[in-house]
Amino acid sequence: MASLFQRRRSKATQVERVRERRHEGFLRYAGFRWAKISGGLCLLIIVSYALIDVTPRHNGGSWYGYTLGTIGALLILWLTALGYRKRKMTSDHWSLKAWTSAHVYLGLSLIVVGTWHTGFQLGWNVHTLAWALMMLVILSGLYGVIVYATLPQALSNNREQMTQMQMLEAIRAFDRQLHTAAQPLTPEDTAPVLAALDEDPFAGGIVARLSGRYPNCATSAALRALTLSRSSDAGAREKVVGLLKQKEAALARLRQHLKIRGLLEIWLYVHVPLTFALIAALSAHIISVFFYW
Amino acid sequence: MSEPVKVAIIGSGPAGLSAASRAGQLGLSHILLEKTDHLSDTIFKYQKGKRVLATPERLDLRSDCRFAEGAREYILGNWDEDAANNKVNIAYHADVTEVTGAKGAFAIKTAKGDVYTAENIVLAIGTQGNPNRMRCEGADLPHIIYQVDDPEDFKDKHITVVGSGDAGIENALGVAEEALENTVTILNRSKDFARAKAKNVSDMMEAGENGLMSIRTETQPKKVEPGWLMLETPDGDVKIECDVIVARLGSVAPRGFVESMGIEFTGPDREAFPKLSPTFESTVPGIFVIGALAGYPLIKHCMNQGYDVVEFINGNSGLTPADEKDLAAIFASLPQKKSVSEWLEYLRTRVSIFADVSPLQMREFMLDSKVAFYRKGDVVFEKGEPGSSLFAIADGFAEVEVGPDFTVPIEQGSIFGEVGLISGRKRGATIRAGADGIFVEVSRTAALKLMASVPGAKRAINRISLERQLLQIFKGGLTVEDLGPVVDTAEVERVPAGKVVLTEGEQGDDVYVIRSGSMVVEKDIGGKPIFLRYLPAGSFFGEMGVLSGQPRNATVKAAVGSEVIKLTGESFRKMLAARPQVRAATEAAVAERAQMNSFIESRKATYSSAVDLYSDTASFIMKEGLGEATDALLIDENLCVGCDNCEKACADSHEGLSRLDREAGKTFAHLHVPTSCRHCEHPHCMADCPPNVIHRGPDGEVFMETGCIGCGNCMRNCPYGVIRMEAAPPEKPSLLRWLLTGFGPGPGEPSPKWTKKKLGDEKPKKIAVKCDMCKGISGGPACVRACPTGAAIRVSPEEFLSIARLDEDTD
Repeated sequence: MASLFQRRRSKATQVERVRERRHEGFLRYAGFRWAKISGGLCLLIIVSYALIDVTPRHNGGSWYGYTLGTIGALLILWLTALGYRKRKMTSDHWSLKAWTSAHVYLGLSLIVVGTWHTGFQLGWNVHTLAWALMMLVILSGLYGVIVYATLPQALSNNREQMTQMQMLEAIRAFDRQLHTAAQPLTPEDTAPVLAALDEDPFAGGIVARLSGRYPNCATSAALRALTLSRSSDAGAREKVVGLLKQKEAALARLRQHLKIRGLLEIWLYVHVPLTFALIAALSAHIISVFFYW
Repeated sequence: MSEPVKVAIIGSGPAGLSAASRAGQLGLSHILLEKTDHLSDTIFKYQKGKRVLATPERLDLRSDCRFAEGAREYILGNWDEDAANNKVNIAYHADVTEVTGAKGAFAIKTAKGDVYTAENIVLAIGTQGNPNRMRCEGADLPHIIYQVDDPEDFKDKHITVVGSGDAGIENALGVAEEALENTVTILNRSKDFARAKAKNVSDMMEAGENGLMSIRTETQPKKVEPGWLMLETPDGDVKIECDVIVARLGSVAPRGFVESMGIEFTGPDREAFPKLSPTFESTVPGIFVIGALAGYPLIKHCMNQGYDVVEFINGNSGLTPADEKDLAAIFASLPQKKSVSEWLEYLRTRVSIFADVSPLQMREFMLDSKVAFYRKGDVVFEKGEPGSSLFAIADGFAEVEVGPDFTVPIEQGSIFGEVGLISGRKRGATIRAGADGIFVEVSRTAALKLMASVPGAKRAINRISLERQLLQIFKGGLTVEDLGPVVDTAEVERVPAGKVVLTEGEQGDDVYVIRSGSMVVEKDIGGKPIFLRYLPAGSFFGEMGVLSGQPRNATVKAAVGSEVIKLTGESFRKMLAARPQVRAATEAAVAERAQMNSFIESRKATYSSAVDLYSDTASFIMKEGLGEATDALLIDENLCVGCDNCEKACADSHEGLSRLDREAGKTFAHLHVPTSCRHCEHPHCMADCPPNVIHRGPDGEVFMETGCIGCGNCMRNCPYGVIRMEAAPPEKPSLLRWLLTGFGPGPGEPSPKWTKKKLGDEKPKKIAVKCDMCKGISGGPACVRACPTGAAIRVSPEEFLSIARLDEDTD
């Protein structure tokens, strides 16, 4: 194109290094680089497991088992380090996306590394506890990958360019308008409206938050009560009903927002504590193995 | 009529007070006229406790009044003492309305009817002007105020804001904060809010919808009573409760008053200043202009000028200005030894654009400039470097590398680097010194000021820049002589955002060069305008029509407010006929574009929805103002999980404050433009920075160096709301400590509560905070590095909208 000023420079500068032309998600990062690497690793283990003859049979205590165990333990420690990497804003060049990509695929490869390390000898002991915890961590992580891949779109669609603060502010605005509009109502009509005004949009607990169902919602209750009521002046009641409907819609949006955000975050409350439990069990497993050498 | 005095000083700000103090010290008969009942009204009206900074640091203070960085109260207290110690005669409530007479016997009339006679007048009235007053019945009641110093002064009050320009809306929004529990009403005389910025209007409407204020249009105050206000509305008169009236009815700029005395300005533009001699004398002998009105907004400058001007009036012609030392330092590195005034004269006579510049202006430009000696062959700047300064050749000559082994000389007296100055883009060619010589580098701000105040300089710079721009575009064998006829018939046109320059299907053969801003090219395909390409400044369009004689084959419209240079088809054709190489180059460009057009058309036929999405996305991006961006943050909401790690990383990479708001901003087809700096080509924030600390860095980033005085101009000027006024929070405990113990704030911006607790009573100064693209951080922008899913990327619009994107989408 006829342009006076060439934006591209021959030498990549610091900004250019992180500048991309288009979005590329963590799963597709660098043409599925980490998927290929971890897939290759799994394949190598499965094939070598079949080819190498360990006597009397494959188990965690053979040289082959130790190798896999060491790889697995180191991987677990490295995968745990993501939590630190994510929060430590050092100034050198690194990409959290690349880390996440590697975390996901290498984490999945642990299924093979860990399981093949056991030589399929599972029982009721601390060793199998470590393996089970590892599988649970991986499972919760798998859930995380699935929601990360599917929910952001819904989050974006639901919020329609509104921020969480704006959603809250909108509800507060309806409350203020309701407060004024409800003045002419009779006491029996006012009571449910007041209850709706007192409602905390965050109330309801974890189940309501994650399911998005609020059966005791005071706004819906007020809406039902006022639609059926015949006691106040019809015009005033209609206005309040209209406002309650708007507030209900605003609440629904906020609740849907909180639900999706909750679903995107809840697994971390399983994934992370289980990881620490895993590291504890893993330590016990390693120490006991060396103790009974 | 009072005793005649030697000098009357109008305005008691830093400049006027310093002048009066000098007169007091010298024992000159004088009078200081102040329209209010206190000194220095502008600073008096600052918020309580606001820190006033003493920039520029390198400039020495020369005044009989003290001045050092400190809180507003401290500075005003000092000045009250200094005024008394220096035996300054002050007349308060002396609002000057008319000045008549001539040097030796001026008569100064005030609003109260007093007349002062003076031999000389020093005008130090600043640029704020007088606020327009309310005119209805009861307009003199004391609960009418014309300024809101601190919204927190008002709690649980009925407040009516009259006037709905930006000032009125901002005040109304300030006092309507929910926590203050005020009942706020804003009145507007007409139906719409044409005078205010769109952002302010939408914020106000939102506040209105949320019940935070009531907005009354087509309403005027009719009668003011204590506690009540009668309004004239379309539905008849209405009486509302009202404890405070904030009247923001605009102000009368002081220019009219100044001109009424016969003082000439450098030009009709808003940026023009009164014409002044080296001793600050205006075109009316005996009237001297100093301070902000003379174009010096910084307090130290003002105070020094106050001192100097009285010395001049007192006959001290040997006084060297306070900046002499700084100027001497600027010239110190040059091989020849000359005095400062000799150097200034040398430059003024040898550089064409300085010819009309007054010695006083010369001093100022040089303070913002550099002078350097270059050996033959030294590189002045490289192609592709960012830079917006202007170079002038005082001695020797420069060589432009137009192509490999092909250079064009620029002669002594001329300038170079003007493209960066005008378009804000990177340097277009490498420049070397052609012989040992002296080049002056004028900073962008100084150069713009020069163009605004010296019309001759503006014309010269514009013509040269046009020639150069054309030479660059049609490189190879073209000379300045060839361009003569083209440049003579060329016109510069301003195009507002969205305006169509060329319409598809119309006949026409004019060629356009984009001087600043950017354009989008669209073509009607299947009844729908399809985005073809984005043209940044420095591109040209319309050349297909000249070569083929066919009607325009696409529509070109401005993406942002732009300037285009229109060249007539006839002169362009003549030039092409004279230079076959140029014709060949132009034809090649035409062929390339035609190929791209037909590519998109072919895709449209087979992948209609992909092309539509590409086109709609482009339109959205342009609508969001990214047409003037050089580097913007874009979030793919198909990937964004809302973890806000980008904001946290931003805060942790800087002084604990995030420069971006991820969630805010518009979204289209899951493409989200968050509130974050786009590093505009012509940064709006740079336009009015008193200490001049906003610059463009080597990676094209627009950043702020230290020295911000916290005035908030940049924040108000930014149309995208990306600048915050905020004080840096205290140091957080280390990340490991937080991870292990859970104490203290974690990653990201600490909560205001924590900051407040940590700081106690200390109130640090709020300064402007904006994205610097992580300048100086080797890893690059933290927001992108810290995104776990790849949702956040930084892009330049032309790369993001490149044809490759469509290609990938449809493959």
